[in-house]
Amino acid sequence: MNCPECDAIIRIPDDASVGEIVSCPDCGADFEIASKNGAVCELKHAEKVGEDWGE
Amino acid sequence: MPKVRIVFDRVRLEEKMLEQKAIELGHDTKMIDAKTTQFTTESKKNDYDFGDVVLERCVSYFRGLHFTAALEFLDIPVLNRTEVANNCGNKMLTSLLLKKHNVPTPKTYFAFSPETAIETLEKVGYPLVIKPIIGSWGRGIVSLRDRETADAIIEVRELNDGPLDRIYYLQEMVNRPPRDIRAISVGDQLIAAMYRTSTGGFKTNIALGAEPITCEITKDLEDICMKASKAVGGGILGIDVMEDEKRGFVVHEVNNTVEFKGMARVAKRNIPKEMIDYAVRYAKR
Repeated sequence: MNCPECDAIIRIPDDASVGEIVSCPDCGADFEIASKNGAVCELKHAEKVGEDWGE
Repeated sequence: MPKVRIVFDRVRLEEKMLEQKAIELGHDTKMIDAKTTQFTTESKKNDYDFGDVVLERCVSYFRGLHFTAALEFLDIPVLNRTEVANNCGNKMLTSLLLKKHNVPTPKTYFAFSPETAIETLEKVGYPLVIKPIIGSWGRGIVSLRDRETADAIIEVRELNDGPLDRIYYLQEMVNRPPRDIRAISVGDQLIAAMYRTSTGGFKTNIALGAEPITCEITKDLEDICMKASKAVGGGILGIDVMEDEKRGFVVHEVNNTVEFKGMARVAKRNIPKEMIDYAVRYAKR
């Protein structure tokens, strides 16, 4: 599908699941897979790494 | 068929491994996104599909902690419990609990203002390691080798002015080989351990590129790790151990939402399987 930022093509693996992060190979923006229905995915901007992220 | 639910906010390799293993084991398995879930004080267990047991796997500590509290409000068995997440997520609470339960741990000093933090450093002597009381992956951990560095770091803390920046957690620099040990405890068993060797500097986090090398689980290592697990309340935990030249093992951290993709490469036991099996047993208690 196309990058919401720069329109480049983002290839999403068949086994990718909701909640996974995909990156645009052209502009480098990170997106989270918000929903997935077969080959159709909805992307939203991924959250930035927070101060409280980790183990 | 036990119903296993995995709560996430970002799907990492660990969450995928857990989901896959739970499905392979024949459990009714679902992933639940914490970011799209809502609760109220009127919520009831039957309003949701949280199954028989939940593995809370949020990458955001505060999100996971509060989500866990909501699950416990609904009487849903969740790993780890709110109390355990709280004890592990805050390094000061962890250090106090380890010491209270006679688990060897590095000497740590606590100060609550910039002035008393400097006073501690001047009194104890340099270096001491300053750590944010909440945070992971080695971020914000700095070795304070002299007054100049200490002043700079403390000034940054004052400028940031976050509520947690006012708590100064200063730890002795442990004399040890340039590595530490990460062990994983599941219930009352230590299931895997690895050495993490630093790739330069004194930090040994896998997130910073440290290489995982398998570590034999000796009786001493098992004893100290299981004591540490008990001290924070038990569950599924990642225990960080250093090898002090004089004292032997010392535990410096216990992690609540343990990452294990590095360890899975070198572990003899199947880490996700051990976690899922334990969660199912936990649900039946």
